[in-house]
Amino acid sequence: MLKINSLEELLKRKDQIQNESLSTSNTIKINIGMATCGIAAGAKDTYDFLAEEIKRRGIQNVNLTKSGCMGSCFVEPTVEVTFPNQDPIIYGNATSDSANEIIEALLKNKAEGDPSNLKTKSHGVCRCESMPFLKKQTKIALKNCGVIDPENIDEYIAVNGYQALGLAVSNMTPKDVIDTMKKSGLRGRGGGGFPTGLKWEFASRSVSDTKYIICNADEGDPGAFMDRSILEGDPHSVLEAMALAGFAIGANYGYIYIRAEYPLAVERLQIAIQQATDSGLLGDHILGSDFHFHIDIRYGAGAFVCGEETALINSIEGNRGEPYNKPPFPAEKGLWEKPTSVNNVETLANIPQIVLKGGEWFSQTGTEKSKGTKVFALAGKVENVGLVEVPMGTSLREIIYDIGGGIKDGKQFKAVQTGGPSGGCIPVKNLDTPIDYDSLSSIGSMMGSGGMIVMDEDDCMVNVAKFYLEFSMDESCGKCTSCRVGNKRLYETLNKIVSGRGTMEDVQKLKDLGSIIKDTALCGLGQTSPNPVLSTINHFYDEYVAHVVDKKCPAGVCTSLIRYEINDKCVGCTACSRVCPVNCIEGSVKAMHNIIEEQCIKCGACYSTCKFSAIEKI
Amino acid sequence: MCKNKLSDQKFMELDDFIKTQEGINGSLISVLHKAQELFGYLPKEVQLHVSRKLKIPAAKVNGVVTFYSYFTEKPKGEHVINVCMGTACFVRGAEELLKTIERKLNITAGQTTPDGKYSIDALRCVGACGLAPVVIVDGKVFGRVKKTEINKILESYK
Repeated sequence: MLKINSLEELLKRKDQIQNESLSTSNTIKINIGMATCGIAAGAKDTYDFLAEEIKRRGIQNVNLTKSGCMGSCFVEPTVEVTFPNQDPIIYGNATSDSANEIIEALLKNKAEGDPSNLKTKSHGVCRCESMPFLKKQTKIALKNCGVIDPENIDEYIAVNGYQALGLAVSNMTPKDVIDTMKKSGLRGRGGGGFPTGLKWEFASRSVSDTKYIICNADEGDPGAFMDRSILEGDPHSVLEAMALAGFAIGANYGYIYIRAEYPLAVERLQIAIQQATDSGLLGDHILGSDFHFHIDIRYGAGAFVCGEETALINSIEGNRGEPYNKPPFPAEKGLWEKPTSVNNVETLANIPQIVLKGGEWFSQTGTEKSKGTKVFALAGKVENVGLVEVPMGTSLREIIYDIGGGIKDGKQFKAVQTGGPSGGCIPVKNLDTPIDYDSLSSIGSMMGSGGMIVMDEDDCMVNVAKFYLEFSMDESCGKCTSCRVGNKRLYETLNKIVSGRGTMEDVQKLKDLGSIIKDTALCGLGQTSPNPVLSTINHFYDEYVAHVVDKKCPAGVCTSLIRYEINDKCVGCTACSRVCPVNCIEGSVKAMHNIIEEQCIKCGACYSTCKFSAIEKI
Repeated sequence: MCKNKLSDQKFMELDDFIKTQEGINGSLISVLHKAQELFGYLPKEVQLHVSRKLKIPAAKVNGVVTFYSYFTEKPKGEHVINVCMGTACFVRGAEELLKTIERKLNITAGQTTPDGKYSIDALRCVGACGLAPVVIVDGKVFGRVKKTEINKILESYK
């Protein structure tokens, strides 16, 4: 790979790459989303199928490439086809079995028929470029995800990649970069929401011969996967931003702390670091300047608490990932006691564009106190599951109904959970809340890393609170008593309630203990872990009362509070008695069956097997 | 005999890796990752070996091993069944799936069947929320799994 020695050479290289792609403007471009989720859905098979068919049928002028995640997880695998001088067409559900339609379009050199409505065509390949899921989004952090080939640095350079870094090292001072960041109003996307410019300013003021930049890629929030998508789809933007951060605070070393559960992201990062180093965009004398910056990858080992910056620093040092008290803040004393700035992946992905286009450009999007966009991992009971990037200030309703396509199977919306185990459940009355850091806190939830799980009438809110508490209890590092013991007591009390042994005093105890834990825990994990309990008690008090007083689970989820009964619709087909794992359904052929309640383990196998709606959940 | 020989070779491989980490601060976790990749788990002998090689107290090595859920001190079964218990999978019925698998194999999450054939683990989010609920067997991802499909999946890993 040719080394690039100055900003001018970088710009020349960019022009060269663009000219090359212009000269091939009569080729058809096919781009397949190959992030972890796409591959799991069969994108690799689709890629192989298309490659083979194109070769077998001798279709000329086709350029088959792979990219990261396009965000439309609900129609994976996704394939984008661009015919010469036409807008791109996105095909969803393009498995190797159904990708023939794409081959036919290639043979005719155009796509036929109208872009179909996804709801009417959930099987087989569908065209989805006109759907609101894609139209209502504004992409900054995800700009290149699903567009460029993450394993080819030239494609990143072609979309102005590394220009911000070039600009900084040749024409800007570190203070200029920090001022741009401050002007942009960008706040940390990992959950804390601390202004990035200020964070950098503090670290830049600390005097030391060595400083560090850390990229926090320990995305442990269950249900959030934007960081993985960015690293798999656009790793160079993160590397460029880390170098910019290093330039701003005076650091020459960076670490990416990443979960061991993300092997593909690790692989693509390694490739990206190698390519950037070979091109002179990382390493010593970046773009011929006096600035040096080296990046190394460190692996997490499955501890949620390591997403907290002080715990993360301990983990990089090879210790147990336990947090410590701040101050001193990492900006003064962080990794190996040196000034350190820890930044989240999504935060970093915004930065090259901010430096290139200016702080004012970024601050035009968003609300007064939360600028720019936020990526949400929309999942749960919505039609369109996927990665969604919207301007701050978009309402929950727009995200869930316009972009998400509403609730799955026509069910009733119950709650949306934001912020993962640190956040809360938001009820229907708050659906019109414009989303930003402050508005979400004011309704008892938080932005967190951007997980957004939609729940419907079939979800029991007490059980959901128990689910999150089990998570926080397991993941508590055990250092401070309020988190170690307090969360366990919260979990036990919730368990008592869902098994029908709870009292109203228990509900009060949950509230009291929850607020004590919030006030006294050492780090962010403990300070926020009671949120799922407190917010569900606050917004879904009725459900707690139903469990405690009526001994009923309104959603029919908590097994101790439900029982199954066979009604007179039973035709005696014996299907239920055959699937019952404990043989507790009696009755002969063509006669009404009966469940022996004392033996029933409430597994629900009979309920899901019966074709005559003869088994009722009570 | 043969088994011991194999282990010796693995220890040598581990030592080679440790040599590449010389002079790097805080390499313990990287070394443990490598050791688990080689041995499949981190038994006492391996932890003591790492402790001596890196000149780190065995208590600290064990402290780190037991802190992180990725490291295991017990060997896993021939086939490892991971049920994703991330929130998206949870609200789409992962709990039921896990219970079904547990009943079917007669062990609970975190355990291995007595014949050493299967292990079940409840996994944190794997980030494939679009395919929820997700079950991963030996690294192969099964998406949108239904309770009724469990038998078929397990049977393909006999």
